[in-house]
Amino acid sequence: MTPHPNMREAYGLALLELGRKNRDVVALEADLGKSTRSVLFQEVFPERYFQMGIAEQNMAATAAGLALAGKIPFIHSFAVFATGRAYDQLRNSICIPGLKVRICGSSSGLSDFGDGKTHQSVEDITLMRALPGMTVLAPMDGLETAKMMERLIDWPGPAYVRINRSDLPLLYPASEPYHIGKITCLRKGSDAVLLATGVMVGRSLEAAQILAERGIAAGVYNISTVKPLDAEAVIQAAAGVRAIVVAEEHNRIGGLGSAVLEALRATPHPPVELVGIEDCFGLSAACYDEILNHFGLTAQAVAAAAMRTLDGSSRPKGHS
Amino acid sequence: MTDTATVKKLERMALQLRFDLIEMIGVGKVGHLGGSSSMAEIAACLYFHAMRYNPQNPKDPDRDRFLLSKGHCVLIQYAALTELGVIPRAELKKVKTLEGCLQGHPDMDRTPGIEAVTGSLGMGLSIGLGMALGFRLDRRPSRVYVVMGDGELSEGQIWEAAMAAAAFKLDNLTAFVDLNRVQATGPTREIFDIPQIERKWAAFGWEVVSVNGHDVGQILQALAKAKETRGRPTVIVAETVKGKGFSFAENNAVFHNSSLTAEQHRQALCELEARRAELK
Ligand SMILES: Cc1ncc(C[n+]2csc(CCOP(=O)(O)OP(=O)(O)O)c2C)c(N)n1
Ligand SMILES: [Mg+2]
Repeated sequence: MTPHPNMREAYGLALLELGRKNRDVVALEADLGKSTRSVLFQEVFPERYFQMGIAEQNMAATAAGLALAGKIPFIHSFAVFATGRAYDQLRNSICIPGLKVRICGSSSGLSDFGDGKTHQSVEDITLMRALPGMTVLAPMDGLETAKMMERLIDWPGPAYVRINRSDLPLLYPASEPYHIGKITCLRKGSDAVLLATGVMVGRSLEAAQILAERGIAAGVYNISTVKPLDAEAVIQAAAGVRAIVVAEEHNRIGGLGSAVLEALRATPHPPVELVGIEDCFGLSAACYDEILNHFGLTAQAVAAAAMRTLDGSSRPKGHS
Repeated sequence: MTDTATVKKLERMALQLRFDLIEMIGVGKVGHLGGSSSMAEIAACLYFHAMRYNPQNPKDPDRDRFLLSKGHCVLIQYAALTELGVIPRAELKKVKTLEGCLQGHPDMDRTPGIEAVTGSLGMGLSIGLGMALGFRLDRRPSRVYVVMGDGELSEGQIWEAAMAAAAFKLDNLTAFVDLNRVQATGPTREIFDIPQIERKWAAFGWEVVSVNGHDVGQILQALAKAKETRGRPTVIVAETVKGKGFSFAENNAVFHNSSLTAEQHRQALCELEARRAELK
């Protein structure tokens, strides 16, 4: 199957594939199926598709019941509503018993650029990471989304999948096997390492190019399993470099940056700089690039962060 | 009873709001045309007749409050606030850009005249309930008006607020249900049917008035009745057409949130002009 550049579409197609492979897969949605693309599953498996109305809390707890009845439910909404509106249901009905429910948070981050603060999720990773037992996944493109979905049949316990609304360049190495819990090296470099998730992976690859032009060799890693984070691999990736930059389309508080710092805390490590949203809500913009630029989520910003950190670490008293 | 001059004035205002709506959406810009247009008469009747609202003093603590629980339809509220002079007209073309102050959903910080943050569906009635309780405590004359969508009624929080408002006997709170029978993904009957809406509200302890939501006279009568009702909140269930005024968009879920082609834009303006001639 050729991967789809639109992550939502790639998600919907992958969900449909899972439906074909496993009769227990069921999908629930809350009047956004055309947007989340769960509608692709509905068209083929209408009897396994539950339109719950605009009622995310009820949808989440219903999924708990379906899981207890032996089904593998995938629930769908925008990331803000899937994680925020239904948080208590995710926590108590799904995570405490550790049920195998999959939560699709679509139009995540700032990718719903026009709708503004109420619809953009800057804190969903933090919320989901804080739930004991929740797996937190944030693919970098449509190809990785498809590979990730295949693993979600057997993966135990609850899982959150953060899906971007837009078309993203297909950069995940096609030949690379995908495993939940692994990080992927996309570029090697001995001066600095850029650790990124979601849309920021592509931008970090561009940043590495900018840095290379200035004679700085930067490695780039895609961290799509934000939790459980492969702490060993992160420590390995950081070994020997003089600067670490973590880049995410998310609040700097509690997201991938925090996860990386938690992983590194026990070992000596080079200084770490975080590129993310500075503890504020989103805004409406005319296009996705415009809003990403506005919040400093650019290749230039990642490259600048790396250079700042390298400068700092070459000074005698520099520390993280 | 309302005089025909008032009715005519408000019909013309609803038309003007639809013109503003088309100006905001323009060509190629995604916007919630359908649900904005279905409540044009409701917005006109509230802002330009029923509400105690002085556009010269939009922060007057004794003003009535307009809360758009179905916050995605904020374009029609921007239109009304523009006609009142609270929002500068130049903002209309900059809607949903970093340069402008008009956000995709109601944003109190950035936009003059917006009374609450809504857009996550199902929350507006609770906010209105809180305001109404506060105004009653302070013995303020302010009334609170909340507009909800029919798809939105599936959010459980609405029914929590409905129970509470009745329990608190809030007669300074009036709600609208914009019964346009279409939600984001299709007709409510096919997507998520909620039968007997009027009886549900009545059973929750509300005064219920049903109107044709495009009939200004009926809306004004219902609002007058709500003002007179004592000891319980009123809900006005307004039967409307989603996309009203634009033949290609009427009852069409595609225009829940979509952009217009140049041809559709031209047609939209033509149809509004025809309506203007009718209202002469
Ligand atoms: C909590 C929440 N869930 C989902 C959405 C996405 N959404 C925006 S509008 C809409 C449909 C609303 O339909 P309705 O209430 O009938 O509004 P109208 O027809 O007046 O536009 C949906 C699902 C949202 N804004 N908030
Ligand atoms: Mg509706």
